Amino acid sequence: MEFYLTEIAKYVISGCLLAYTFFSFLVFIYKGEKRRGWIYALQTAFLFLTQFACFIQIIAKTGSKRYLLLLAIQMMVLVMTISLFRIVYPDGNRLIINNMCFMLMVGMIVITRISYWKGIKQFAIASVSIVIAFLIPELIFRLEVLEKWGYVFAAIGIVILLILLIYGSVANGSKINFRIAGISFMPSEVVKLVFVFFAASVLSKNTDFKTIAICSAAAAAHVIILVLLKDLGSALIYFMVYLCILLVATNNPLYFASGLSLGAIASVAAYNLFPHIKVRVSAFIDPWTEIDSSGYQITQSLFAISGGGWFGLGLYGGNPTSIPYVEEDFIFAAIAEELGIVFACGLLAICISTFIMILLEAYKIKNVFGKLLCVGFAVTYIFQIFLTVGGNSKFIPLTGVTLPLVSYGGTSVLVTIVMFALIEGECLVRSDERYQDYLTRRKEELERRKNGKG
Amino acid sequence: MEKDNNKKSISIVFIGVFNILLFIAMIGYIVIYAVSNKVEMIDNGYNTHQQLLRNQNIRGKIYSSDGKVLAETVTDENGNETRSYPYNNVFAHAVGYSVYGRSGIENLANYYLINSNESLTNKAEAYKNEQKFPGDNVYSTLNTTLQQTAFEALSAHKGAIIVSEVKTGRVLALVSKPDFDPNEIKKIWSDITNDEDNTQLLNRVTQGIYPPGSTFKIITALEYYKENGEGYKNYKFSCNGKFTKGDETINCFHGESHGSLDFETSFAKSCNSSFANIALSLDKSQFSKTIKELMFEDKLPWEMSYSKSSAYCVEGMSDGDTMQLGIGQGTTTMTPLHLNLITNAIANDGILMKPLLLDRVVSNDGKVVESFKYEEYKRLMSGDEAEFLTGIMEQVIEKGTASRLKGLSYTAAGKTGSAEFKDSTSDSHAWFTGFAPSENPEISVTIIVENAGSGGEYAVPIAKRIFDKYFDIK
Repeated sequence: MEFYLTEIAKYVISGCLLAYTFFSFLVFIYKGEKRRGWIYALQTAFLFLTQFACFIQIIAKTGSKRYLLLLAIQMMVLVMTISLFRIVYPDGNRLIINNMCFMLMVGMIVITRISYWKGIKQFAIASVSIVIAFLIPELIFRLEVLEKWGYVFAAIGIVILLILLIYGSVANGSKINFRIAGISFMPSEVVKLVFVFFAASVLSKNTDFKTIAICSAAAAAHVIILVLLKDLGSALIYFMVYLCILLVATNNPLYFASGLSLGAIASVAAYNLFPHIKVRVSAFIDPWTEIDSSGYQITQSLFAISGGGWFGLGLYGGNPTSIPYVEEDFIFAAIAEELGIVFACGLLAICISTFIMILLEAYKIKNVFGKLLCVGFAVTYIFQIFLTVGGNSKFIPLTGVTLPLVSYGGTSVLVTIVMFALIEGECLVRSDERYQDYLTRRKEELERRKNGKG
Repeated sequence: MEKDNNKKSISIVFIGVFNILLFIAMIGYIVIYAVSNKVEMIDNGYNTHQQLLRNQNIRGKIYSSDGKVLAETVTDENGNETRSYPYNNVFAHAVGYSVYGRSGIENLANYYLINSNESLTNKAEAYKNEQKFPGDNVYSTLNTTLQQTAFEALSAHKGAIIVSEVKTGRVLALVSKPDFDPNEIKKIWSDITNDEDNTQLLNRVTQGIYPPGSTFKIITALEYYKENGEGYKNYKFSCNGKFTKGDETINCFHGESHGSLDFETSFAKSCNSSFANIALSLDKSQFSKTIKELMFEDKLPWEMSYSKSSAYCVEGMSDGDTMQLGIGQGTTTMTPLHLNLITNAIANDGILMKPLLLDRVVSNDGKVVESFKYEEYKRLMSGDEAEFLTGIMEQVIEKGTASRLKGLSYTAAGKTGSAEFKDSTSDSHAWFTGFAPSENPEISVTIIVENAGSGGEYAVPIAKRIFDKYFDIK
C-alpha cells in the first residue's frame, strides 16, 4: 500500500505542478485581475494538491505522524495568506502572491525532508515575513518621499557593506552574517533592496551624463566591495540589476552594451587577481578531474540532478545530503533528485511567470520611480535564480547564491517576501494612476457635455 | 513624453525576452545533460546513487546469447548476496567481476544491472515481503559453445582470441589467458594485485599490445594496391631468404628462401624480403594516411578500456624502419581487438560495424527495456580494396601459410603472422586473423598465441576448430 502511494504520488506531484504552471501562463491571456479570478482559484487548488501529495509521500515513507500536523499548519498559513491578501489588497496582483506561496511551499517541504528542525525554522521565519509583508504595500503607497532619497540609499548601502568588509577581515568566508539572539542575519541580502531603491530613485529624476556618471560610480562601489567580500554572486546580481535599470531609465542601449563590456573586462581582471575565482572557474570547466576536492560539490549536484530522472526518486528516496550545503546553495539539485527534472523545470517556469508579471506591472505603471523599482526587483529575482540554478547544473560557474523563497536561509526568505510586497505596493500605485486617469477623463467628459448644452 | 514611454517599453520587453531566452537555454541544457550522461554518472564511483540502487535492487543476471546464465546473484537465507559465475574461468575477461571495482560486461552493463524495471505490482509484492527488487537482466552477444571452444583451443598458452560476426559487429567469443576464476576474486585479489608480474586480470584482447608481424602485411598490401591498382599483377621478386638495403638486412622467417614470387605469392607465403622491398616503394605520406584511416593512434569503437595501437610512417624515415614497418616489426604494435576490427571491415565490403557485446536488457518479468541496434561505425576502405584483400587472403589458404584451412566444407580467407618480439632469439607469437566463408563472410576470428612459434602451425589450427564449431552448430 505504502509502495503504491509513494510511486503514484510521484506522478501526481509532477502532474499537479504542470497544471499549476499551465495556469500561471494562462493568466496572461486574460486582461484584468477580475477576469482571472477562476484561474487563480484553480491555481490555489493545484497548489494544495501538490502540497498534499508531497506530504502523503513523506508520511508513507517515514511512517511518522508528526508531519500531518505540520501539513495542517502550513496549509492554514498559506490559505490565510492567499485569502487575506485578496481581501486587504483587492487591487494587488494575485499571480505574484500565488507563485510566492508555491515556491515557499516547495522550499519548506524540501528543507523539512533534509532536516526537520531547519524546516520548522524556515516555516516560522516565512510566517513572520508574511505578516510584515502585509503592511508594506500600504506603506510604500503612502511614503512617496522615498522617491527623493536617492543617494541616501547609496550611502546606507555602502556603509553597511564597508562595515561587513572590516568585520569580514576578522571572520572568514563569503557568507558573513550576524547572529542576534540565535537568529543569523545576512546584511548583504538587505542591501540588495536598498540598492534597487537607490538606482531607481536617482535615475528616475534625471538621466543626463553627469548624473549617470556619479550614479554608476556609486553602483560600482557596491559591486567592488562585494567582490572584495568574495560574494561573487551578489556582485553579479547588483551589476546586472543596475545595468537593466539604467537601460530602462535612459533607453540608451549604448550604456547597456558598454556596461556589459566593462563588466567582461572587470571579470577577466578579477579572474587573474583572485585565486578563489580561478578555483571556481576550473571546477566549472572540468569538475571530474578534481572530483574529490574543488569539483566535489558540483559533481554531487550533477549526480543528484541526473539520478532523479523525469519524475524523481520520491521524497526520502534519494540522497541529497551527499551535497555539502545542499539546503542553502544546492536546493535545486535536491528538488531535481527527489521530485524529478519535470518538477524542477516546471518550478523554473513558474519563476519565469512571476518575472513576466512583474515586468508587465513595470510596463504599465506611469510613475518612473515605480517602473524602475519593479524592473530592478524583477531582474534581482530572476538573475539570482539563473545564477543558482545555472551553478547547480554546471551551465555557468558556481557563485553560491540562494534560490529565492526555496533555499534555507531566513534573511533571503524575508528579503524576497518584502520585495514582492514592495512590488504589490507599486501595483497599488498603478491602480491609483488608473483611477486618477478615469477621474480626469470623466471630468473632461462632463465639461464637454456642459459646453455642448451651453 | 508618450514617445519616451514607448522607448522605455521596448527596453522592458528586451529585458524580458533576454532573460526568458537565457532560461530556455538553461532548461534545455539541464535536461539534455542529465539525460545523456545518466548512465556514465551512475557508474561513477563517487555517485552515492549506486549504493541506493544496490540497497534497493538485486543485481541482475547476465545471459549468453544462447540463453545460459553467465553471472547471477545468489541470496542465502541470511540475506547475504554472492555473485556466482557458473562458467568459472571460461568467461573471466568477457563477463568480468563486480567486486573491488568492475570489469568486462559487469562494468559495461552496470547501470542496467543495478536498475529494476519490474512492473509496479511485482515491486509492491516484493516490498510487502521486505524483499529487494530483482534488477534488469542483460543478454550479451557471447555464445557459450564458441567461447568454450576458443577457451579450450588456447589451452594452457598465454594469448587472446576474439570471434565476431562481420555483418553485425556482435562479439561471439572473447578469451584471454592467463585467466582467473571470478568466483574466487575476493580470495585471489591481494595475490594478483600485489604481484606486479601477474597479468591474470589483463584482458589481452583489448589491452594486449603485440607486434603484429606478418598480419600487418594486410595493411602494406592495401597501400600497395591503393598506389598501383591492377598494376600489382606485374610485381616480380626473387627471394633468397634475406633482403638488404644499405646496412639493414631483413630475414625471411627461419631464413627460408622463397624463390621467384609475384605479389599474390609474396603475400600468401608471407615473404619478408619481398614485403621489405614493397615497403620501400611506397609513398610515405600516403602510407601514413592509410595507417591513420585504419585507426592507429586513434580511438576504437569499443566502450570498455582498451589500448591504442601504434604504427608510424613519416617522411625521411630510415630505410631500415620502413622495411620493419612493412612487415609489422620494429616499433609497430597492435591489439588483437584492433586487428579483428580491420578484418571485419575487409569481410564486410570495407565497412566496419560497431562491435557489440550487449544485445538487449530485459526486466525480470520479461519486458524489453532496451535493445542495442547494429550500427555502422565507419568505412575503413573501398569495396574494391576490400575485395582485393579478400582475394589475396584466400590465396594464403590456397597456397600459403594457412593451408590447414584448405579443402574444408567451407571456404576461408586470412593471414598468419609470426611476430618476433625479441631481437636475440627466434621466439615468436603466433597470429592468425581471418574470416569464413570467404565468398559471403559470416564470422571472423583473430588469434594470438604468445611465444608459440609460427602462426600457420599454432594459430591456424585454433581458427579451424572455431570455424568448424561455428558451421557445425549453425
